[in-house]
Amino acid sequence: MKILSIVRGLFMSALLSLGELAMLAGETFSSIGRGRIRIGITLRQIAEIGFGSQLVVVVTGAFTGAVFTAQAYFQFSSLNMETAVGPVVALSMFRELGPVLTGLMVAGRVGAAMSAEIGTMKVTQQIDALRALAVNPVDYLVVPRTLAMLVSMPILVVECVGLGVLASCYVGVEVLNIKGVYFLANIQKFAEGSDIMMSLIKGFVFGGLIVFISCREGLRAKDGAVGVGRATTATVVTCSLAILITNFFLTMALNIIFPAGQW
Amino acid sequence: MVSDPLIQVRDLCQHLGGQAILRGLNLDLFPGETLVLLGKSGGGKSVFLRHLIGLMRPISGSIIFEGQEITHMNERELEPVRRKIGMLFQDGALFDSMNVFDNVAFPLRERGERNPEAIIDKVARSLAMVSMTGHETKMPVNLSGGMRKRVALARAIISPPDVLLYDEPTAGLDPIVSDSINRLIRHLQSQLHATSLVVTHDLVSCNHIADRVALLHEGQIHFLGSAKELRESRDQIVRDFVDGRSGETVY
Repeated sequence: MKILSIVRGLFMSALLSLGELAMLAGETFSSIGRGRIRIGITLRQIAEIGFGSQLVVVVTGAFTGAVFTAQAYFQFSSLNMETAVGPVVALSMFRELGPVLTGLMVAGRVGAAMSAEIGTMKVTQQIDALRALAVNPVDYLVVPRTLAMLVSMPILVVECVGLGVLASCYVGVEVLNIKGVYFLANIQKFAEGSDIMMSLIKGFVFGGLIVFISCREGLRAKDGAVGVGRATTATVVTCSLAILITNFFLTMALNIIFPAGQW
Repeated sequence: MVSDPLIQVRDLCQHLGGQAILRGLNLDLFPGETLVLLGKSGGGKSVFLRHLIGLMRPISGSIIFEGQEITHMNERELEPVRRKIGMLFQDGALFDSMNVFDNVAFPLRERGERNPEAIIDKVARSLAMVSMTGHETKMPVNLSGGMRKRVALARAIISPPDVLLYDEPTAGLDPIVSDSINRLIRHLQSQLHATSLVVTHDLVSCNHIADRVALLHEGQIHFLGSAKELRESRDQIVRDFVDGRSGETVY
């Protein structure tokens, strides 16, 4: 009975969190629809989220592409299938690794900072001050971050995937001596526009997840510095799990629209 | 008082953490007056103040501002009400990512003022009113407690409000800085003619600025009168507060 009540408690709490996220997202898009957009703050956030995350995303993409190429080569070379390494790495980067790794890195770098910043504003009454000055915190804090994230994430995913594929080419052709012509021709043959679309859609969805989870955790922070720390940890954990779980369902759904293996 | 109340509070109740904080509080605030709300620390004074600007919703009761019931309003509906009310938070609640100038200019910019010269002029006037001229480029972290409160006050009055709410304006300040804040409140009353509600437990401050005094005790208004009537009251609870007697005999 006790286990049952714990499970029920967890389920109710997850349901409540989902409801709160949906309400925050609804309020945010309603604000955007009403044109309550602060261009200056949005541009600053694009610089912070997009420009500031480039290095970490590019390095992650490049080394993932490189190491994946090496591992694929070690396995495929025994079957004389070295030239298949290129498309395997490219498709994996486009469809899965690029968006997921970018999401995880951005959640760690930007999501944590976002929730810490908003959480600190909450516990030091700065959000109450905003409300007292007749400024809606969703309009002022969440809308610019949402727009910035939705613009930045697809671009970051493209950078991550692009560098991953470039690193794969370099390692495959220059280090592992796979024939460059076949390597590139196979990538061109198997990787299609639909794979890029899938990458971009996933980046867009993960960006939305990160920004709403981070802002919600920040806005409900309480109990001073400990509460801000708790909100930051919860942001990184929740964002990471949400990205991994959503990725599975997105893959299944998007595979219906953009089926894999239809060359 | 002959005029109608600007703010009417009726039977206001609030519970926090399972404890009754406000138990059917009734209070009227009249245009142009300065009412000082006294009470013990943790007695619900700040909680009450937060209800007046819609930062908290009561469990029951009503707050009528200029004839409008505000307790059922949502955040968007409260915006026009909040534009008429300025609030000084206990620690200032300045935006720590902005310098003094941007903090004070914030309400102007948010209300659509785009002319840089008009903004500079209004900020300069507002900072001059609180004697903070010359500190425009400082960040809040580099200001003392008294200076932060002055800047927060400059931010609250830059778009002259009809009502000013002060949450413990002299808490944590030395007697000299407290006196300067009290004088500043008096000065603003004469300059802006705003209705003011000052929450404090500082009797010196109360004597200096109050037109009327209310004493909050166990979630209700226990005493309402002038500062002189408060000092001369023979009521035991009022006397204990005025004379600073805790009633404890353990130590």
